Amino acid sequence: MEPTKTIWSLLETVYDPEVPVLSIVDLGIVRDVRMADGHPEIVITPTYSGCPAMDVIRMNIRMVLLENGYPDIRLTTVLSPAWTTDWMSEKGKQQLKAYGIAPPTPVPIVCDLGLFQHNEAIACPHCGSYHTTMISEFGSTACKALYRCEDCREPFDYFKCH
Amino acid sequence: MKARHLINYTLHLADNALVLGHRNSEWTGHGPILEQDIALSNIALDLIGQARYLYQYAARLMNAAGDAKSPVTEDQLAYLRDSWDFRNCLLVEQANGDWGTTIVRQFLFSAWQYYFYRELRGSRDGELSAIAEKSLKEVTYHLRWSGEWVIRLGDGTEESHARMEKALDQLWMYTGELFLPADYEQWLVPAGIAVDLAQVQPLWAARVQEVLKEATLTVPTAMAQKGGKQGRHTEQLGYLLAEMQFLQRAYPGCEW
Repeated sequence: MEPTKTIWSLLETVYDPEVPVLSIVDLGIVRDVRMADGHPEIVITPTYSGCPAMDVIRMNIRMVLLENGYPDIRLTTVLSPAWTTDWMSEKGKQQLKAYGIAPPTPVPIVCDLGLFQHNEAIACPHCGSYHTTMISEFGSTACKALYRCEDCREPFDYFKCH
Repeated sequence: MKARHLINYTLHLADNALVLGHRNSEWTGHGPILEQDIALSNIALDLIGQARYLYQYAARLMNAAGDAKSPVTEDQLAYLRDSWDFRNCLLVEQANGDWGTTIVRQFLFSAWQYYFYRELRGSRDGELSAIAEKSLKEVTYHLRWSGEWVIRLGDGTEESHARMEKALDQLWMYTGELFLPADYEQWLVPAGIAVDLAQVQPLWAARVQEVLKEATLTVPTAMAQKGGKQGRHTEQLGYLLAEMQFLQRAYPGCEW
């Protein structure tokens, strides 16, 4: 197998520590893998600027590659183009939902200059109902908003479009 | 000369983000309700994350310029400079006060930061432009969240309205400085690196007026206080740094 393909498949086993069902590849933060002088260079982009998971993710990438015979890697962080939830894979969205987190909507509704937040139709990951209410635009982590289902009455996290 | 100006400009932007991020973090565990405590903590996290990109960049520039005896790190810039080295504007260092004061401070600053980053995206400096592009998405949330609170409290009860008027009167005098270019900016604007603040001012004013009108609040007029961007601060910053920097000064290089 080509070395870059091997590395992509190894990166599939590195998970977001705060959403442990989602690999960093499915999250869309691995932007490129290339070989330079026989050493892999991995290009990643952060989700949110202050996301504390990024430092853990960097360390875990190094660990997984070290365990698999790549002691000498280069990890490059790029900020532009800025990460967007559009880069999350379909598989990743399904895994989020199965884990109890509503995935970003297929048609992205991102924060704009409107004075007030819009009420987005977000399906409850537990019962599927769209009869849901936003409790807070900022949830347990920067990437999530807090919702409540008005039918099954369960609270849930929504991985908001960004 | 240009390198020195770029370092100062980057530090100015980093200090703005760090100082307000730290102020907001003082609310963590003390917010009026859990959801809003978390919201403000998230905003603090965004700002501190933005500050880190900027300090990392400033450290790289300083190391390339070779003016320090040993390599400069982002942590040294945040934790080991004294108040006269900080170049943040005076608005962000003002004490939290009540919830309304914190909200007004956040709103006035987020409105500035939103239009500022929007312009900075076009900077000829690739690193600043990338940081601006990344941060703008986050600041959009801050602007709407704080604006909603300004409206909710301004157009709320008699008590909340009076407190918001008072907070506005207290903080308004620090907004003029947001549009006064420092010496390092005057050099960098013609080079296409820094943002021309004269472009940002009318956009900021329009947004602020729109929200204050909706909030039934009066737009104050006050003489502008200035000096933060040149390292001349209000008393408030010293107290903030004393707390924020204590650990690194008492236990140099301490990590957890």
